[in-house]
Amino acid sequence: MLRVDRINNGIVLDHIQAGQGLKVFERLGLRSAGYPVALLMNVASSKMGHKDIIKISDTLDIDLTMLGLLAPDATVNCIEGGVVTRKVTPGLPKRVVGLIECKNPRCITTVERQRTSLFVLVDPDAKEYECAYCGERSKV
Amino acid sequence: MTVNHFLGSLDFLPEEYNTVFSLASRIIDSPMDYANRCSGRLMATLFYEPSTRTRLSFEAAMLRLGGGVISVANAKTSSVSKGESLGDTIRTVGGYADLIVLRHPKEGAAVLAGEYSPVPVINGGDGAREHPTQTLTDLFTIQRFKRRFDGLTVAFCGDLRYGRTVHSLVKVLARYSDVRFILISPPELRLPDRIKREVKGINPAAALEETTRMEDGLKNADILYMTRIQKERFFNEEDYIKLRDTYILTADKLSVASAEMIVMHPLPRVTEIDYAVDADPRAVYFDQARFGMFARMALILHLLADKEGGDA
Repeated sequence: MLRVDRINNGIVLDHIQAGQGLKVFERLGLRSAGYPVALLMNVASSKMGHKDIIKISDTLDIDLTMLGLLAPDATVNCIEGGVVTRKVTPGLPKRVVGLIECKNPRCITTVERQRTSLFVLVDPDAKEYECAYCGERSKV
Repeated sequence: MTVNHFLGSLDFLPEEYNTVFSLASRIIDSPMDYANRCSGRLMATLFYEPSTRTRLSFEAAMLRLGGGVISVANAKTSSVSKGESLGDTIRTVGGYADLIVLRHPKEGAAVLAGEYSPVPVINGGDGAREHPTQTLTDLFTIQRFKRRFDGLTVAFCGDLRYGRTVHSLVKVLARYSDVRFILISPPELRLPDRIKREVKGINPAAALEETTRMEDGLKNADILYMTRIQKERFFNEEDYIKLRDTYILTADKLSVASAEMIVMHPLPRVTEIDYAVDADPRAVYFDQARFGMFARMALILHLLADKEGGDA
């Protein structure tokens, strides 16, 4: 049995779909984080069969929009003084700024350096977003 | 301060279109009453893509209202070549003019311009996406000839894939009841699924029928909307040449259509309507172009009046 110590202050990202953990780890920029981080993969789960978990110590700051895009059903446990003080499921963000690149080569955001992309959730079931500028749809 | 723009054909609800059309009809009835309504106002036309008639129509509209026009006919060779962003150009020009008309090859350019502009922006066409003042023109033409929007059967013919005038018009007409669309095109140039989805989202009861045969569409239509197969929308010339002459309207083909049907076309025409059709009273495309100027006059007054909460 693999053991990772409990954390007193920080965040535990639980119920990440097995196999997605590394991607979440990379996209949240945790490789270069200045605090202790643990990534656990293929952990047994009664609910999911297998799951990935990320434990981040000493910070309560996390990009929930990015997490929502990558793992909308994950559980975010905020831990303060060894106690879970808040538990949230990020869900798919309604608006995503700068994280999704528009695939339409004719879209203005592909050439306008001043403006980052803006996508709006149009179909939560299909995880589909629409570019607010050109209307191109993109699945996440 | 909220600035009113006209960026997409769905920006206006049917009532707002009706307001603009009523004003346009009053201008047609007594143009001299409006000859100085924009005196002291300046409109900038920024065209990053070649266009003759849209730009001329806007400029004629503003000049007939007594306003002035500053114009960059080929914006691509001016500020852009120096590396200026569209956002910066719009902010600068918005300091000179009271109104900006923008045509740009990139989709969504007008939406972006609207975010930066301190003055109303009118989308004069953004890539293959929207051309809302053509829709305004088309709707006004339908209103002048048909006096209604409900219960119409509208046949669209030609390039339905890249034809942005079709995309805009079909979505706006979908808001009316008992509307039926007959979509005549080669398989390569069918209406995109995205637009069909949007039409169904606007009005689930809107009937969409697709056919490759022009004759099928002519028999029951109240309106035949012809489009040009546009060379600039193709990546290679071979595809363009193959499809260019596929759907040509002739006097002979028109003989199966009803006497009340009208033939519309956003112009310019290349080969898709035979010149002999021009003499037919059902051919209204030159009236349509003329109505477009009056509709744009009304739009300019409408947007400038809104800006200051009173008459322009």
